[in-house]
Amino acid sequence: MIAVLIRDMRLAMRAGGGFGLGLAFFLIVVVLVPFGVGPQTALLGKIAPGILWVGALLACLLSLDRIFALDFEDGSLDLLATAPVPLEGVVAMKALAHWLTTGLPLTIAAPFLGVLLNMPQAGYGWLVVTLAVGTPALSFIGTFGAALTVGLKRGGLLLSLLVLPLYVPTLIFGAEALRLGAEGFDNVTPLLMLAGITAGVIALLPFVAAATIRINLR
Amino acid sequence: MALFGADVLGYLGDMELMNVTNLACARGGVAVLEGVGFSLAAGQVLLLRGPNGIGKTTLLRTLAGLQPALEGDVQVAPDAITYGAHADGLKSTLTVTENLEFWAQVYGVTDIAPALQAFNLEELADRAAHNLSAGQKRRLGLARLLVTGRKIWALDEPTVSLDVASVALFADAVRSHCAAGGAALIATHIDLGLEADVLDLTGNKAGPRNLAGFDEAFE
Amino acid sequence: MSIWEYANPKLFMQTSGKYLPWFAGLSLITLVAGMIWGYFFTPDAENFGSSVKIIYIHVPSAFVAINAWIMMLITSLVWLIRRHHVSALAAKAAAPIGMTMTLIALFTGAIWGQPMWGTYWAWDPRLTSFLILFLFYLGYIALWEAIDDPDTAADLTSVLCLVGSVFALLSRYAVNFWSQGLHQAASLSVDKEEHVSDVYAWPLWICIIGFVLLFVALVLMRTRTEIRGRRMKALIARERVA
Repeated sequence: MIAVLIRDMRLAMRAGGGFGLGLAFFLIVVVLVPFGVGPQTALLGKIAPGILWVGALLACLLSLDRIFALDFEDGSLDLLATAPVPLEGVVAMKALAHWLTTGLPLTIAAPFLGVLLNMPQAGYGWLVVTLAVGTPALSFIGTFGAALTVGLKRGGLLLSLLVLPLYVPTLIFGAEALRLGAEGFDNVTPLLMLAGITAGVIALLPFVAAATIRINLR
Repeated sequence: MALFGADVLGYLGDMELMNVTNLACARGGVAVLEGVGFSLAAGQVLLLRGPNGIGKTTLLRTLAGLQPALEGDVQVAPDAITYGAHADGLKSTLTVTENLEFWAQVYGVTDIAPALQAFNLEELADRAAHNLSAGQKRRLGLARLLVTGRKIWALDEPTVSLDVASVALFADAVRSHCAAGGAALIATHIDLGLEADVLDLTGNKAGPRNLAGFDEAFE
Repeated sequence: MSIWEYANPKLFMQTSGKYLPWFAGLSLITLVAGMIWGYFFTPDAENFGSSVKIIYIHVPSAFVAINAWIMMLITSLVWLIRRHHVSALAAKAAAPIGMTMTLIALFTGAIWGQPMWGTYWAWDPRLTSFLILFLFYLGYIALWEAIDDPDTAADLTSVLCLVGSVFALLSRYAVNFWSQGLHQAASLSVDKEEHVSDVYAWPLWICIIGFVLLFVALVLMRTRTEIRGRRMKALIARERVA
């Protein structure tokens, strides 16, 4: 299973692997928002937590269909499904690889982009914490969505439509925890809920996604 | 590992690796094959023949456990089959060695040198897969079989885009695999120059039948 | 006689054909009666004028919108566990009706919200929940449409329905946490603490019953259409093989 992880990481890093794609998209969103909203630093500082979370979520969404689509096209998925590694493990490793190549870079880059949006001082720590806790949930939920649409041509748009409502609780608790933290309020409840969602989807969704892939391959 | 349907039972003879009785399988909700039965002994090569669309790929996928059988029994030891599809499952940005090493690790095999050697890939070892010709890619895809360590090779048109010399390499690989107690089930149209039995599926074309018990209720 | 015998499509067609006109007729009668009572024989509310009477469409459609999803959840489970095709097709048939009801609830809510709260749309927890429910319906229907093989489609949409239900509940909680709402706690409740006054309650209950009957009639009708469609495909496929 570690081999699957290493292979997926390697593929993402190589040319055309889309490693920087999510990061670039995140940058674009954050840079464009002030142009649309106006340069008032007070206003930007107020909406910065929301913008950063929505930007991170969209950047995650963008790269989801790569998780299984390429392996499906070149036949690797068939071979992996008949290999002696459990498909659940393969799915979990692929979700982890997606997080390492998308969620983790986003988390690291976010504070720098927070500066552009004039985020309140107290928010930087929470920004990293909430994204670090929340983005794994985005990757694992997205992997389930990718598993649902794996056999479909032009599944990208459908994938976004299916995953969007599933992302709502994560987004609400993530952005809320960050906003409350940045404004200096107590944010334990949303933070715990966010962590709960992440733990829950990591524990359960790989099984569902693996079952889904088996249905799609037959 | 049978994922669906097909029962894994322990009633195989000494030399028998696989025994299939009265198997029926479907593609896209339509039954394509029925009454397929054969047995595969260690050292045996069985060639699947039949016109296009008869269901050779469907049969191989069913045996590999990728889709459920409609009816019938497949008796085979768990983790005995490796499936080689039309597509090679290669990653174009990885090198030959990296591609092969990945599958070797998945199957718990450490040494890829024999596989490289058997398909004459040693000189290409560090080349990225997208720089290979179609035939070279195919050879790499076939080399994967050698690192799986599985007894039964279920292969779907393995010789597509191979030249004469490469077909001979492939035939040699099958021969030594069988000599070591393995067996192969190959859907192919060309003569591989192997001593092989032939299973013609033309007579197994499925007649009209109801799938999923949905509309016999209307009869 | 077990309920599972209706999983037999032929028996389902016979029985549903027999009862469908009754459901349709009864729903028409209750709806007409409830609406006329509600619109013409109840007083205007003191502060809100006659705009309050949109409640006779708004509340029943919202009620059906949620319960349609619960029905789909149950039929999806039946399909996954017992593999009854009628069950999967009933879930497929219910989705567009549920989505329409969600839209009606959102739309009437917007019309009502303008005079009540001075805005067509607010990110009130219930409004937001219904918007999310609408997205779930949309995704569910789109997934059915996108997949060719009917059994694969039934399997995948059932899985989506199951997972979606868990996330819908989570969203409901999240949305409640995120915004304190404008809605009153519950329009109708068994305890007397907080609910609409009795003058409105009776015709409202009748309208809800009417909407439920309408839902049942529409689901039966659409399921029958789906079964006929499947039957047609099977016959065509058989013709091609023979």
